[in-house]
Amino acid sequence: MATYQLDITKEHCPMTFVKTKVELSKLSGGDILEVNLLKGEPLDNVPRSAAEQGHEVLKISQVEEDVYQVIIKKK
Amino acid sequence: MIMNEQQIERYSRHIILSNVGVEGQEKILDGKVLIIGAGGLGSPAALYLAAAGVGTIGIIDGDVVDRTNLQRQVIHFTPDIGKPKVISAKEKIELMNPDVKVNAYQDLVVASNISEYISEYDFIIDGTDNFPTKFLINDACVLNGKAFSHGGIIRFSGQTLTYTPGNTCYRCVFHEPPPKGSVPSCSQAGVLGAIAGMLGTIQAAEALKYLTGTGELLTNRLYYFDTLKNNYRTIDVKRSDDCPVCGKHPTISELQDIEMPACDLKQL
Repeated sequence: MATYQLDITKEHCPMTFVKTKVELSKLSGGDILEVNLLKGEPLDNVPRSAAEQGHEVLKISQVEEDVYQVIIKKK
Repeated sequence: MIMNEQQIERYSRHIILSNVGVEGQEKILDGKVLIIGAGGLGSPAALYLAAAGVGTIGIIDGDVVDRTNLQRQVIHFTPDIGKPKVISAKEKIELMNPDVKVNAYQDLVVASNISEYISEYDFIIDGTDNFPTKFLINDACVLNGKAFSHGGIIRFSGQTLTYTPGNTCYRCVFHEPPPKGSVPSCSQAGVLGAIAGMLGTIQAAEALKYLTGTGELLTNRLYYFDTLKNNYRTIDVKRSDDCPVCGKHPTISELQDIEMPACDLKQL
């Protein structure tokens, strides 16, 4: 199981989740994707959308004042 | 095929869909759809398939654009009058989406050429408005194992059925063309332009679902709608053992042209 990183702090909806999905599509099942994103809309939507599409959200943590990290395990 | 950044943006609404995603969009970009007739049904079908990024779109039509087409054939514009429809359609698609390769065939499908035309495509859209050609498309697709979408419109109503090998074909339901003159053509009966848009767009959606393997197709079901009374329904249609082309003892094993008056050759 490999771990990958993605920074979508410069993206806006819906490209935040689009970029996450594109990155997840390159991974194998069980791989981990650590996504850095802004609080607010991206933090509200990206983990929810990932979970809706069957991936597992393992952890959400604050890394800077406005930046959070969401750890997603690919289904 | 790996998408570039512009493609990821362009197709973002498809990529978000859980049933399409990156993999589905890549299938669309690799997909090949043939549209027979660049008229009322073919116009919206071509526009939506082009917008969706279908990698190769073939369009067959022998006609040129005339003023009476413009009320519903939305891929053609007023300055296109006199231009071959396939050229007019190709120009619009290329402006809309450079990802799409358009093969424009200024021709009519007949028994002797249809198998070769359809052989290069994954899915066929019937956008014709005459019964002989509809039956020819059905028979060619059945005999060559190709999936296609049947579509027909008149006045305020439309019907569509999707064929995939092994399922109910158009001839299972409507054995043979009706006698000449018994059913009015669109040019005689009229058609609300928006109906062409509704039906052609359903056909485009079926093509995209087929390419991506998403959901249930309109196989073994005929979708019929009448917008005058706002009735929309699907009717279960079974394979017929007596079908002349896909039944137990088929009588059609090779394609034949059915005679038709020249005035019926015009596309919708």
